Amino acid sequence: MTYREALSAGIEAALNADPRTFLMGEDVGRYGGCYAVSKGLLDKYGETRIIDTPLCESGFVGVGIGAALGGMRPIVEIMTVNFSLLAMDQIVNTAATLRHMSGGQFNVPVVFRMACGAGKQLAAQHSHSWENLYAHIPGLKVISPGTHTDARFMLAQALADPDPVIIFEHVMLLNESGEVAGQAEAPMEKALVRRQGQDVSLIAYGGNLHKAQAAAGQLAAEGISAEVVDLRCLRPLDKATLLASVAKTHRAVIIDEGWHSGSLAGEISAIIMEEGFWYLDAPVKRVCSAEVPIPYPAHLEQAAIPQVETIVAMAKAVMEGR
Amino acid sequence: MSNKLHINRDHLLEQLKQMVRIRRFEEKCAELYSQQKIRGFLHLYIGEEAVAVGAMAALDEDDQVVATYREHGHALARGLAMGPVMAEMYGKTNGCSRGRGGSMHLFDNARHFYGGNAIVGGGLPLATGLAMANKQQQQSSIAVCFFGEGAVAEGEFHESLNLAALWQLPVLYICENNRYAMGTALQYSESEMNIAKKAASYGLQVAQVDGMNVVDVEAAVRKAVDAVRDNQQPYLLECLTYRFRGHSSFDGQLYRDKAEVSEWEKKGPVKRLVRWLTEYNHFETEEMDQIERQVEAEIAAAVAFAEAGEWEAVEDLCKDVYSPTPSGDAV
Ligand SMILES: Cc1ncc(C[n+]2csc(CCOP(=O)(O)OP(=O)(O)O)c2C)c(N)n1
Repeated sequence: MTYREALSAGIEAALNADPRTFLMGEDVGRYGGCYAVSKGLLDKYGETRIIDTPLCESGFVGVGIGAALGGMRPIVEIMTVNFSLLAMDQIVNTAATLRHMSGGQFNVPVVFRMACGAGKQLAAQHSHSWENLYAHIPGLKVISPGTHTDARFMLAQALADPDPVIIFEHVMLLNESGEVAGQAEAPMEKALVRRQGQDVSLIAYGGNLHKAQAAAGQLAAEGISAEVVDLRCLRPLDKATLLASVAKTHRAVIIDEGWHSGSLAGEISAIIMEEGFWYLDAPVKRVCSAEVPIPYPAHLEQAAIPQVETIVAMAKAVMEGR
Repeated sequence: MSNKLHINRDHLLEQLKQMVRIRRFEEKCAELYSQQKIRGFLHLYIGEEAVAVGAMAALDEDDQVVATYREHGHALARGLAMGPVMAEMYGKTNGCSRGRGGSMHLFDNARHFYGGNAIVGGGLPLATGLAMANKQQQQSSIAVCFFGEGAVAEGEFHESLNLAALWQLPVLYICENNRYAMGTALQYSESEMNIAKKAASYGLQVAQVDGMNVVDVEAAVRKAVDAVRDNQQPYLLECLTYRFRGHSSFDGQLYRDKAEVSEWEKKGPVKRLVRWLTEYNHFETEEMDQIERQVEAEIAAAVAFAEAGEWEAVEDLCKDVYSPTPSGDAV
């Protein structure tokens, strides 16, 4: 099945599992979701469970937070992470703070789903990666399914969580076909080693996971054994898994579609420096986006974001002097 | 809660006492602030007591209340005990938010008191969502949201009202129009100064009431609450009021005349009710003295409670950022 179908199956399963769950967002119902993820769900579940909202990100995101406080289990879809910036106040100032500011009296079991990533020639305002903004915020959990199985099962894990969870779904994965396992592979907060290797750790997540895997394949052909770590959860980070990988390979390349400066990759690099410095045989490297609003022309867009060739080149660079 | 307003003498005395509690509590807070026992921002509600007191008397225990950073009055009128509210001002662990929030973030789960929000307009979608949850779960409770007229210029006001009217949500928006958003008078922030009229354009039922008159406020809120509960639809009540003190403790009040303030002080909600009681109900100075004595004792006890409270251990700094992990993996 496609990644889109896996997401949709996850939503259906969630709606079936708990009558308190509903899906709300712009065009999720009659239109079928702007990426067609929720197509057909309105007919099946009706208007009280599949709720089309007007264009008011702050308003309906806040309503989702209030509904969660009131005992519901809302799945709030924001068309893309770009538009979530209009709702950032509600997410950051309300959802993330209520538990702490109330001394533990109130928690906010809401799930936000948002599409992210570049590659569809949609130009700057539809292509940015803001995962690191949200991964920066205590009180939020941030996950990113890079595999079809995660696309299918992470939603249920997020809904079971008593705190606000944001799920990033990379738009370039939607049409990809893949296998879906019968159940979740691990708790959502755990990073997973997707490919074992000895020489270098390629640390990636979401839409760039398959690029890291493709790079690992090419590197293998050239005699370099790359290990691929799928972060899965960007906050909290599963430091143990990524440090264990670096302890084994002694080299790390981090792949992140955010801009190089201020990226999540920078944070991971710092973690490796702080806690795994003595494992390292080479400086940690990052493959991130160029410091430019993502351009419209395909060649420039592709030049701006991480590519398999860049990952391969970077991995080879850290292998130099082996 | 019945929709009938019982203006009997006992009830009025109770309302008077509630207003005096808030007034004296805040005066004490101002004093403690100058002694640096209370820090941060301190936004006093003095002058506006009739709104919280009148409104809370009309709500059920299960109704949810969302307030702003000027919420001491709402919290006390809602039934939060004065001790934990005072301790919260101090930042002690026996505070109603464990000391994590301070003056602007009073919370109480048991009384369905959802803060204490310092983002102007931020509570409007939250209350709207609580209303949505009530409707979906077919509960009879309603959500009530207090906010200042300054919030009307925020997008969230318009987004929330539109959603509430569109989806027919049982939410009561109570605008406390005290005429100033910090130092900006309404005339400098709104093209249409009649806020009720603005709300009506979204299809809400609306009303305006004299916010300096606790009886009028209670009557208006009862009517509004019944409309919201019975018809399952949103309602906006605009209470015309005034704050006698500055916006916060850092406000020099350069934006308004002293004469204007003293003009409004004559219409003060406490004075007003006392005058009315004296005229029609043989209210004696002795009764007022008794109320003052009771309130004084309550405040003294609250201060002692706060003073005796503990500071949170620094080891607990990161507690309650996340909930305890749920047992077992959901699949
Ligand atoms: C989103 C946002 N913008 C600005 C502020 C700063 N601020 C705090 S209170 C206030 C005035 C709000 O006035 P109003 O809503 O009328 O409430 P009042 O203080 O009169 O009760 C402002 C501008 C804020 N807290 N939040």
